Amino acid sequence: MAKKYLMNSKQKSFIHFLMILFLGMIFVSPGLANTISDADFRDSLSALNQKKFTQKIQAIEKLAEFDHGKTRFVMQSLLDGNLFYRKSDKNIFIAEKTDTELVLKDVISLEVIDIVGKRDARKISVNNKIRKLLRLKISAMSLSHSDPKVRHAAVKEMMKKPALETSNILRQYVASENDETVKNTLRVAIALYDVKSDDKSIKLAALDILGESSSLESKYAVLAVLEKDSQASYIEQDQEIIQHAKKILDSIETQLKFYGFLETLFFGLSLGSVLLLAAIGLAITFGVMGVINMAHGELIMLGAYTTYVIQLLMPNNIEYSVLVAIPAAFLVAGIVGIMIERGILQFLYGRPLETLLATFGVSLVLQQLVRSVFSPLNRSVETPEWMSGAWQINSTLAITFNRLYILLFCIFVFIMLLLILKKTALGLYIRAVSQNRQMAKAMGVRSEWVDALTFGLGSGIAGVAGVALSQLTNVGPNMGQAYIIDSFMVVVFGGVGNLWGTFIGAMSLGVVNKFLEPWSGAVLAKILILVFIILFIQKRPRGLFPQKGRSAEN
Amino acid sequence: MPSKSKFKEVMRRDRVFDFMVPGGRHAVIAKQLDISHDIVLYVEGISVSFDGFKALNDLNLYINNGELRCIIGPNGAGKTTMMDVITGKTKPDAGTAFFGQTMDLTAMSEYEIAAAGIGRKFQKPTIFPEHTVFENLELAMHCDKRVWTTLFARLSSAQQDRILEIVDTIMLAAQINLQAKNLSHGQKQWLEIGMLLMQNPQLLLVDEPIAGMTQQETERTAELLTSLAGQHSVVVVEHDMEFVRSIAKTVTVLHEGHVLAEGSMDEVQNNQQVIEVYLGE
Amino acid sequence: MTAQAHIKNKSLITQLFMSDKGSQIFFALLMTMTIVVPILHLAVPADSALHVSAYTLTLLGKYLSFALLAIALDLVWGYCGILSLGHAAFFALGGYAMGMYLMRQIADRGVYGNPELPDFMVFLDWQELPWFWYGFDQFWFAMLMVILVPGLLAYIFGWLAFRSRVTGVYLSIITQALTYALMLAFFRNEMGFGGNNGLTDFKDILGYNLQDDSTRVALFLASAIMLIIGYTVAKFIINSKLGRVTVAIRDAEDRARFVGYKVENYKLWVFTFSAVLAGIAGALYVPQVGIINPGEFSPLNSIELVVWVAVGGRGYLYGAVLGAFIVNFAKTYFTAVLPEVWLFALGGLFIFVTIFMPQGIVGLIAKLTSKKNPSSSPPIENQFSEQKPWKSKADA
Repeated sequence: MAKKYLMNSKQKSFIHFLMILFLGMIFVSPGLANTISDADFRDSLSALNQKKFTQKIQAIEKLAEFDHGKTRFVMQSLLDGNLFYRKSDKNIFIAEKTDTELVLKDVISLEVIDIVGKRDARKISVNNKIRKLLRLKISAMSLSHSDPKVRHAAVKEMMKKPALETSNILRQYVASENDETVKNTLRVAIALYDVKSDDKSIKLAALDILGESSSLESKYAVLAVLEKDSQASYIEQDQEIIQHAKKILDSIETQLKFYGFLETLFFGLSLGSVLLLAAIGLAITFGVMGVINMAHGELIMLGAYTTYVIQLLMPNNIEYSVLVAIPAAFLVAGIVGIMIERGILQFLYGRPLETLLATFGVSLVLQQLVRSVFSPLNRSVETPEWMSGAWQINSTLAITFNRLYILLFCIFVFIMLLLILKKTALGLYIRAVSQNRQMAKAMGVRSEWVDALTFGLGSGIAGVAGVALSQLTNVGPNMGQAYIIDSFMVVVFGGVGNLWGTFIGAMSLGVVNKFLEPWSGAVLAKILILVFIILFIQKRPRGLFPQKGRSAEN
Repeated sequence: MPSKSKFKEVMRRDRVFDFMVPGGRHAVIAKQLDISHDIVLYVEGISVSFDGFKALNDLNLYINNGELRCIIGPNGAGKTTMMDVITGKTKPDAGTAFFGQTMDLTAMSEYEIAAAGIGRKFQKPTIFPEHTVFENLELAMHCDKRVWTTLFARLSSAQQDRILEIVDTIMLAAQINLQAKNLSHGQKQWLEIGMLLMQNPQLLLVDEPIAGMTQQETERTAELLTSLAGQHSVVVVEHDMEFVRSIAKTVTVLHEGHVLAEGSMDEVQNNQQVIEVYLGE
Repeated sequence: MTAQAHIKNKSLITQLFMSDKGSQIFFALLMTMTIVVPILHLAVPADSALHVSAYTLTLLGKYLSFALLAIALDLVWGYCGILSLGHAAFFALGGYAMGMYLMRQIADRGVYGNPELPDFMVFLDWQELPWFWYGFDQFWFAMLMVILVPGLLAYIFGWLAFRSRVTGVYLSIITQALTYALMLAFFRNEMGFGGNNGLTDFKDILGYNLQDDSTRVALFLASAIMLIIGYTVAKFIINSKLGRVTVAIRDAEDRARFVGYKVENYKLWVFTFSAVLAGIAGALYVPQVGIINPGEFSPLNSIELVVWVAVGGRGYLYGAVLGAFIVNFAKTYFTAVLPEVWLFALGGLFIFVTIFMPQGIVGLIAKLTSKKNPSSSPPIENQFSEQKPWKSKADA
């Protein structure tokens, strides 16, 4: 059965081959296109409005001959179903649909020409054959585009379905391509087709190229070579090819595994950076002041909402909004933190369990406040251009910019905090008060102010964490609760009162979590981490890096 | 320091006590206190450090049965840490501590040590503040302290008499039904000593017993501690030199986690090193 | 003054229920409620102003199970100083054990009509009953599990935690982690406890329809009687020497240790007993509300429970009961009338109680009455405290 099917598809592709060969020789060659005027371009466009699809095909072929800046755009519009003709004069327009009307725009200038009812213009219909042809033409035109990025994207698109016609087009461009990346991708794209060839030498060469590229597509292409029939013996007869393919498959898999490892590691570090941002403020309020701030998550939430409000205030400068939001969120959360400290916590020092209850009350109030002010629904915060997208390291490994920036930002915050605690007067006071309040007071440190500022600092950092989180998740009234338990876990795991412990705790928990996930699933991974921490605390009740000495025991 | 070197000679591990030879000493935790060599406490080569700070540094100390020993030393000399080690609160980095011949204190937990017969009074008086004086003494009483027996425990008349006797000894009979948190500082100190007595321990570790006491109370404490010696062994840590002089036969001076001098009060006071440490000359 | 004055020669009953005025009032109220509410429901006609509706009856029954849960927490927090932020987990486990029994009682009356498998398993395309569901068709077995599962979890958890001296804040946080982990686990369909939706659509218990008036009254009575039993046992423990030891551990853990008590054992047994009480409370709760889902494990529930006890007055068993009733009544009222205000009110209550009423309502009342009543022993002036009048270091 399998063989029969194979025959069929071969026959099909042979017919396509003939067709494309014929058409391709006439039209698709690069450099043969003629430059034409706008008027001629419009004329040739009107030919698209034919009843018969064969006539449309001819019109499209003709259109492709002309080297007009808008050719590719018009073809894409036709493919997307945005090309309309006005019934009154049969002229062709780009149309934008509204609820009741069609906005007709000029195909070249894109100026709005007319707004008509839905019945007054009709879409230029296409069938599958035409769509296929259009895609081919568009990619061919994209391949000759001046921007290497466009060319690269086109090759990538064509790689998805290796076929004779596409591979033939690609072949024409390999020689003239001067961008290394695009050229490599082109070679891989061709190899993906060649690897199916019956010619042994072509097949072997294609395998070699695929071995270098080590993407998932290559892996599947090589696997196809090693396909087995129902008797579990290879369909491929040539032992040399089989052996070679096996070798290539091995090397691809090793590389994929390696990149997979790197990717998981990055995701782990990224999760770790989020945990660290959320936990580090807590490490200060909990570790230095002995306050269990259950409202910490809500301070993160306030930071995220601050980002949202800032974006509302400066809708035209989304690019800078995040940069403005960082200090703003620090201030908002910091001031709220100082209010909590002055209003509530100062009466509760030395009674950590009661700070837990009171701040939990605060967290409920803040949640409800946000619900009342902004609505209980999630708000989405826009990601600035420079933070979106990914850094494509190679065909399999890509690092998204938002996660990368957050990782860097988190390290920056951590270092700043270390500097504040180690190098500034405030840091000196904070350490003094945390170690011996009475003595610090006797030395003239105004401990109430230090308490307020310390709490403000911890809270402010929570706000900054909220800005970062707003770039990763939805902003909503419940977002704080999602982080509070994790944050406490990190602090307790790392060892209270130890910033480096928090750092290592967050990063290792993040990485372990991400490495567990593929094996156990996300929820189970989290449960396992929680159970691990519960057991770990039994073994080391004071965390990874405990404070020692008599003072630590009270 | 003649006494110290004499002790060292007597206590040489390799000759006298086979169980102390490394390798064979761990399993030895006997229920019964063995003081056949007339020494109730052996502390040998104990070192404890917190984050690099050496609280105890190769500390050696031997307490005779029935002895009243005073330990003095400047702040940070390691007095409290030494008590922590003996009562099992802190595990030493190195060294051994034996109660009698057989009980390895470093391998026992606090409650085991307490049950074995070492009682401790803290520097800051720690009593059960919400309980009455009577209840404090009842809780401290030497008896089966397992959970189930405690749930169904009833006081026998002998036990009641014992409590009333101790209440008289510590002069808190009038406050017997008063919650302990309402006692004065000195009374709390007394109550804690009373709790020690209820435990009926072989060895009492008493940390700064007279802080917050009046002259009269101090004298009474001195009297009580000296009367305890003989039947019990008592180790007193105290800053008040007058008080130490009034009760002590042997004084040990600790400095930087190490024994600096040992001997009678006069010997110690005339020791050049001790003078240097205390007066900073 | 005779020193014998303190020694209690009262009978056990007097000791347990009549030892102080608060206990007396509480006990009288509880008894009255147990007897009067069912009568008002069954005997008084529905149009009378005194009639207690089925809704109110079930609501009060729910409160009674909450009160038992509050007693459980008060025992560990108020008397032993262990602030557990995971007691909802034991409550929910007891509830799930009961829920599993009720689920099996549905038999083939479910939507899919499968006599062996509960609906959600049929929906998930499971072919046979998982092993941990075996036996839950028997009431006695389910009741055994109501006690064993929370008790065993508490025992293992406590054995690990108390032995390694995890105390205070650390303990609170890992108990919270425990209930959070359980919540996540029970949300998973693969766990076999109905996932997100939990267990619901119960039909009857011991053959009696859950919707029947008589069944509701029986459940109410069962809750009231369990509360009385739970209260009595807890009171017995507190009045025993064991109770004095736990309070001693709460106030001065080190001292208790140096006096010779194996503190971790005491904590372990109190914690385990408390978890069992919480499990029983959960088992009483589920048939009355008709559902149990993973939300019951939520850390928020545990903290709310702490607030009941804090509001009522920790360290007083009837304080815990009072708190459970007051806060839950307020919750029922506010969420019905002013839902937006409820979280503000609850949050405000947390803050207010911790700052202004650290001993809760009962503590406040006790303080006020003792001020009015000069016969109770006044504290002695602390004239000697914190002074070391003669210190003669210079002598050395």
